[in-house]
Amino acid sequence: MALLRTILLRLVTTAVTLLGVAVIVFVVIRVVPGNPIAMMLPPGATGEDIARLTALYGLDKSILQQFLIWGAGVLQGDFGTSITARQPVLAMVLARLPATLELSTFALLMAVLAGGAAALTGTRLRETKVEGGIDIAGGMALSVPDFLWGLVLILLFGVLVPVFHISGRVTPSLDLPFITNFYLFESLVRLRLDLTLDLVSHMFLPALSLAIPLAAIIAQLLKQSLKETMHLDYVTLARTQGYSEASVIWREALPNAVLPTLTLVGVQFTFLIGGTVIIERVFSYEGLGNMAIDAVINRDLPLIQGIVILFAVLFTGVNLVVDLMYATLNPRLRHG
Amino acid sequence: MTYLSVQNLSVRIKGGGPLLRSVSLDVAAGHVHGLVGESGAGKSMIGRAILGILPKAVEVVSGAILLDGVDLLALPPAQRRVRVGASCALIPQDPLTALNPSRRIGRQMTDRLVDILGWTRGDAEARALALLAEVQITDPARVLRQYPHELSGGMRQRILIASAFAAEPKLIVADEPTTALDVTVQKQILKLIAGMQVRHGTALLFVTHDLGVVSKVCQSLSVLYAGKVVETAEVRAFFAAPQHPYSAALLAATPKYTDPDAGLHPVPDAVIAAVRAEVGHD
Ligand SMILES: Nc1ncnc2c1ncn2[C@@H]1O[C@H](COP(=O)(O)OP(=O)(O)O)[C@@H](O)[C@H]1O
Ligand SMILES: [Mg+2]
Repeated sequence: MALLRTILLRLVTTAVTLLGVAVIVFVVIRVVPGNPIAMMLPPGATGEDIARLTALYGLDKSILQQFLIWGAGVLQGDFGTSITARQPVLAMVLARLPATLELSTFALLMAVLAGGAAALTGTRLRETKVEGGIDIAGGMALSVPDFLWGLVLILLFGVLVPVFHISGRVTPSLDLPFITNFYLFESLVRLRLDLTLDLVSHMFLPALSLAIPLAAIIAQLLKQSLKETMHLDYVTLARTQGYSEASVIWREALPNAVLPTLTLVGVQFTFLIGGTVIIERVFSYEGLGNMAIDAVINRDLPLIQGIVILFAVLFTGVNLVVDLMYATLNPRLRHG
Repeated sequence: MTYLSVQNLSVRIKGGGPLLRSVSLDVAAGHVHGLVGESGAGKSMIGRAILGILPKAVEVVSGAILLDGVDLLALPPAQRRVRVGASCALIPQDPLTALNPSRRIGRQMTDRLVDILGWTRGDAEARALALLAEVQITDPARVLRQYPHELSGGMRQRILIASAFAAEPKLIVADEPTTALDVTVQKQILKLIAGMQVRHGTALLFVTHDLGVVSKVCQSLSVLYAGKVVETAEVRAFFAAPQHPYSAALLAATPKYTDPDAGLHPVPDAVIAAVRAEVGHD
């Protein structure tokens, strides 16, 4: 009963959020200078040509009218047609989404593994030089934004020691048997590990750039809450029972210390997804973010709107998943 | 037969002052030894030193802790941990913080039997059920599936007591096991521990600030002041005639051992001054 109400409330707030996002984006991209139609036409086009095309895309109407028309379409699953590509926005966006989802999930996985390992090691060796080293590394990781890490990594592992690909999602000459755009996932399912390797080798550096700052945040926060947990009575009691320090951290402290970290990771993961926009550009990775930048440059209004709405849905979805995980992991909420 | 023998144990804050000053005390196998003193005297510190859970900021300066004749302080940490885990247990002071909030009671009671002592899961669960029944918990099977937050403080302390006896340890350190509980529950829990101790024949180091409790459950006692044992005695002899002026004053300050009409006698300043000078506490 309480769960149902929570879900309903969540749906309503989500709808309001999405509406707000839609209105803001809709207005902003129409207020900033730059006419998409004029940019699309060759230099010799007449004012008459421009007017005709503007009317064709409905851009001659008032913003309110345009919004109502667009909104009515969206409610029926029609996000309009891209001005530059002349294809349905929804199909274009959904085709690119898997690439971005795979990239950000891979980055999240890297961040959780690296950050978690650093936090556990730092807790096990707390108040030693190792913990100091972890803190310093974390500080460095956080003092540089993700796209600069991207450039640094390109120089290091793309140019200096070229072990990874630095551009694209997959080697273009490869024959891809995939029926979905979740290449990495599908390559694993089909056990085409040669393709997995190629995909990972493309994805590794952009994912790492996104993961470095998040890993540092996870390491710091998780280590902090682990260390606080280590003073608690039930941890001390486990020590008297013969458990080693490492098992005490893993068994007693970790399950309780992950909860505060989890909430933060959720918020940070949405930032990471936001970070893909620039990182995909830096690594010419054919995802949603890269498409978003092109759309903005070309003033492709319907496409921009579609991408922004999708990002907003994605963010809300992530937050929902985090809340559900929190409720599942916390016995006090599970039975509340 | 002495099971635990703490010999001239000195403990201090790293780079700071002493917390325990050459403490010696013996606990005979199957006996209950009381450890009495005011708050801050160092009672818990002794228990922690025995169980190998001293705070990081604290270190042993000298002394020995013989458990069944083996000096724990001379053992490598891993060996010590296993030995203490197999033969000792702790009944903690605060049942609200001594259970892991995110793990079921059943796992908290049985895991160490399986992980550390090599029991089968089935044996461990049967054992947990039997012990919960022994500490008078109704519907033990249900409790095993519950989380700590679903249980009252008294219930949790019963579970911790059951847990402490689970592996039939030779020695249990009970660190003020009733202090954090409601007055109404305190008596039941005390009786429960005393009964369990007798049935299982476990040696018990019973830490308390309450001489009244000592007279009920202990056979012998040590009185601690500012990290130093000022008197060790058999309970009957002690309550008949405490030897040390501080012990005598402490006894006089304990309500149940004074005439209710005469009111309380706080430990006199002169006695405090004398015992301070004696133990070298500034
Ligand atoms: N973690 C710690 N670090 C340093 N000193 C401590 C710590 N815990 C307790 N102490 C000090 O050790 C002394 C003895 O404490 P404790 O053994 O807990 O007393 P008791 O159990 O008799 O009330 C006190 O003076 C206390 O301030
Ligand atoms: Mg204490």
